[in-house]
Amino acid sequence: MSDLYKGYRGEALEVLKKFEALVWCNVKITSNEGVFRGTILPRSETADDLHIVIKLISGYNVGIAAKKITNIDVGERKEAHYKIPEKAFPYDPKKPNVKLLGTGGTIASRLDYRTGAVIPAFTPGELYGSVPELADICNLDTSKLYGVFSENMGPEQWIGTAKAIGEEIEKGIHGIVIGHGTDTMHHTAAALSFMVQDSPVPIVMVGSQRSSDRPSSDAALNLMHSVKTAAESDIAEVMVCMFGPTSDEYGLLHMGTRVRKMHSSYRSTFRTIGDVPIATVSREKITLMRKGYKKRRYDRNVTINTAFEEKVSIVYYYPNMKPDIIDSLIDNDYRGIVIAGTGLGHVNKPLYPALKRAKEKGIAVYMTVQTLWGYVQMYVYDTGRDMMELGVVPSANMLPEVAYIKLCWALGQTDNLDEVKRIMLTPIANEITEREPSNGYLILQGGLPEVEEFISKYRK
Amino acid sequence: MYDFLFKPFEEMTSEDYQKVGFKSGLEVHQQLLTDKKLFCRCPAGKYMHQYEAEILRHMRPTLSELGEYDGTALMEFKTKKNIIYQIHRDTVCTYEMDDTPPFEINDEALDISLLIGMLYRCAMIDEIHIARKQYLDGSIPTGFQRTTIFAVDGQIPYKDRIIDIVQVSLEEDSCREVSDIGHKRVYNTDRLGMPLIETVTAPQMKTPVEVMEVGEILSAMVRSTGMVRTGPGAGREDVNVSVEGGTRIEIKGVPSLNRIPRLTYNEAMRQWNLLRLREELHRRGINKDTFEAKTVNITKQIRKTSYTPINNAIQENKSVYCVTLRGFKDLLRWQTQTDTFFAREISDRVRVIACLTTLPNIIHSDSMGENIAASEWQIIKKHVGAKEDDTVVIVWGDIGDLETASKEIIIRAKESTIGVPSETRQALKDGTNGFERILPGADRMYPDTDLPPKRISEERIINLKQYIPEYFWEREKWYNELGLPEDIIRPLSISKYAMLFKKAVKEFKIDPVLAGVALIQYPKRLKRKHLDINKLSEENLSEVFKAHSEGLISREGILMYMGEIARTGSWDKENISPVSKTKLADSIKEAEYEVSILKVRNHEMEKRIVLSEAMKKLRGKIDGVKVYSKIFGNKKD
Repeated sequence: MSDLYKGYRGEALEVLKKFEALVWCNVKITSNEGVFRGTILPRSETADDLHIVIKLISGYNVGIAAKKITNIDVGERKEAHYKIPEKAFPYDPKKPNVKLLGTGGTIASRLDYRTGAVIPAFTPGELYGSVPELADICNLDTSKLYGVFSENMGPEQWIGTAKAIGEEIEKGIHGIVIGHGTDTMHHTAAALSFMVQDSPVPIVMVGSQRSSDRPSSDAALNLMHSVKTAAESDIAEVMVCMFGPTSDEYGLLHMGTRVRKMHSSYRSTFRTIGDVPIATVSREKITLMRKGYKKRRYDRNVTINTAFEEKVSIVYYYPNMKPDIIDSLIDNDYRGIVIAGTGLGHVNKPLYPALKRAKEKGIAVYMTVQTLWGYVQMYVYDTGRDMMELGVVPSANMLPEVAYIKLCWALGQTDNLDEVKRIMLTPIANEITEREPSNGYLILQGGLPEVEEFISKYRK
Repeated sequence: MYDFLFKPFEEMTSEDYQKVGFKSGLEVHQQLLTDKKLFCRCPAGKYMHQYEAEILRHMRPTLSELGEYDGTALMEFKTKKNIIYQIHRDTVCTYEMDDTPPFEINDEALDISLLIGMLYRCAMIDEIHIARKQYLDGSIPTGFQRTTIFAVDGQIPYKDRIIDIVQVSLEEDSCREVSDIGHKRVYNTDRLGMPLIETVTAPQMKTPVEVMEVGEILSAMVRSTGMVRTGPGAGREDVNVSVEGGTRIEIKGVPSLNRIPRLTYNEAMRQWNLLRLREELHRRGINKDTFEAKTVNITKQIRKTSYTPINNAIQENKSVYCVTLRGFKDLLRWQTQTDTFFAREISDRVRVIACLTTLPNIIHSDSMGENIAASEWQIIKKHVGAKEDDTVVIVWGDIGDLETASKEIIIRAKESTIGVPSETRQALKDGTNGFERILPGADRMYPDTDLPPKRISEERIINLKQYIPEYFWEREKWYNELGLPEDIIRPLSISKYAMLFKKAVKEFKIDPVLAGVALIQYPKRLKRKHLDINKLSEENLSEVFKAHSEGLISREGILMYMGEIARTGSWDKENISPVSKTKLADSIKEAEYEVSILKVRNHEMEKRIVLSEAMKKLRGKIDGVKVYSKIFGNKKD
């Protein structure tokens, strides 16, 4: 019954009921303003209860104030059902096999103009219909692990994805692509970097910054880049593959532990922090930017370690932070805290007693920097030394989110804080590097003549 | 049925247009006069001649556009355009680049729109919904235009009847095309995102001239609000034309109204002649089922040609294809528009869809002798197996483009057996039109999920009602009664000063002709002197008129003080006082003294110099006539 008036409440619902006008009915609505002809659409649940939405014949939607409506002539009712046409993904025995694991977000989709709904395309057949170029690269198979938004990804999904990757590797897959929402892609990339070790094949995370229902979407090109990387590259790392520039030119392959989303909406939002990306990837070729990555192997060996402790928090320090923030974590039985400190890794003095309590309670406290670039260096100032006395462990140049994930993973494996420290400070997947190359920190400052000259020469 | 033949443009009568069932409607686009763009806070109306950076994008058809995925669509992918956007930081932010979601709709633009909707006597929408209208040509970097309907069902009077306004929408303007060569199309982004309203009329115009006249009324109406932009590109029209049995064809981007009659005439003729072509094809036994065509690679056979375009192509390692159209002999020379033939329909498609943009891009055997030698035609025809009543079309270029081109030639030829294909067409300078793109599917609107619906409150509507201008035709009626000169009636009736004129005449009792000329002609004169006439605010001008009505300044003083305002933004109204008889006498005395030093022999001349010197002191404050009579006696009174 409620579906017949889907989303309508209050005044609007009363009017629809009065004239027995159901959603998807063709109607002629007479209001004090005039006459409107169209199809009644469902109402968004977050919208008010004062208007009835119809789709005019021209395709535009308009809302009509319920209280102004004097009559509704109800015509035929035609509910919208939509299905994506499938076409079998071609199989070529000479091409590598790639598996696409879906966690949520839409990589490809079809628009239903009638409802305005975006219907995701995910099966190989649906994807072939949407991005046929994929068939030139590989034989594609897909499997939908989850259907959650990026922000709802968590330990359950990370563990499940890691296990699924392990199974695919055992079956002899040539490369794995993971479709993911972009907001927390770097958290998942870090989790997989620790949970899946010594993978013989590329594991490539991909998403889109502009939804796939729009002609300007980056989704199709990102998908092609990631599938090409999975199928053809010799880089057996957990990577994030997203746009290099905002132009439709090439993607960057970022190390899963050194990457971060740096803009809320730009296409080229992912950046490698404190290092350079592994390679660029275009539709034509993969071009290496650095050495020192794990090479593809032709065995099926991989270590899957999905240990995870959920009672870990990340604390973003700000001036005037009160110790009760730390205290509340201690009182709630947290086992690990990652602090994103100022500068080289500092917090204010009033926090010291709380840090001391944490140490006494055996809580693992690790320091990272909220500057994102650079190393924690707690010897330079006395405050740093004081904090180390209080058990705070500097985490070198681990990104705060990466340190958080790693601490969850380490505490999941052992209660022994020394062992935790050993795990934390032993680099596994470049989350800590020995050196920051001189071009590892480059944020061009717009407005400077030389930067403007650079921008005018190379497409953004 | 199609035995009527189009006459030259000048000779066509209303009855002729009735015979072919001419029907036309307008989509009038008008930029609104706002400070900022519609969905971001970039400045509106700022045009850049240089750019600082470029962005490259591709427009990918979404699955819905492709429908059942087939080879042709795949081909279009492969020949797709590289779209380059030129950007400048002063006019474009990350929103226009499609790297930031939209900000809330510009309320100033929405207010102007609502006002215009009410001016058209439309039914106003209570809650507006932003929609995305898909465009694959790249003219908007998102691939869609954000647009919203705010009014429907209006009416405007025309002659002795009513023309219906179907709907009015508020939308963001698109990019300006810089070039489109081969696989590269370049756009300038300065105009992108500026607020624009689109007024759609019902197809109720019955002759080309009617279309223009209704366009003039619509344009005058929106301008009469004083809240829309004027100047090149600020108003543009799309014209929909059809004839009996034809198809509704949209001619896009008509830059000025007086181009409409010839454009619509040519489009009507094109449709009519395509229908006649269909009749001829059917007479020859060619319909969509019996239609036959084939493509052969003739690069080898034609490699020694002396025809330069093909010769050059072969030098560059390109290929040459030949498409045989069975039974089409002479039909590529079938007239479609003025001095335009069916071959152009084919050439246009090859240019746009296969990206073979260097013209000529095809040659055909119906115009033998104009390009390659007759003997070469014979060799080719023999090689491809063409018969006497066939036509062969030759096209050259990169092999990938040729695959698309040859298919497109066949598609377009086959369409001629069916009728007038659905297309949008481009207005050309000579009054004809050319293919722009295949009409996108009827369904290309979907809700913009980035922005919530917006309620238009009753208070907002009531508050705006006070700003609805009088209808310009009512103003004009009054101006005629006042005896205003013909050439200032229309400009004044749609001028932003129309209200001020009324005040000047009714309240200040100023001579209507003087007020009209001052408001319409004087700004033009000042503009010619490169003064900033935007500084001529209604408030300032109102003060000048008031001063004149109080005798503080003379008739010529009006122009003088308007000049001062245009120069400095204000005028020295504090130091204006009536010129008393004593002051007049003093000024003349002073002048006489100054002149006496000069020792002018001729007495008459001396008086003239005195007059000119006195006027220097009194100009703008008192009429010259009064000074003259004081110096020369009452001769001139």
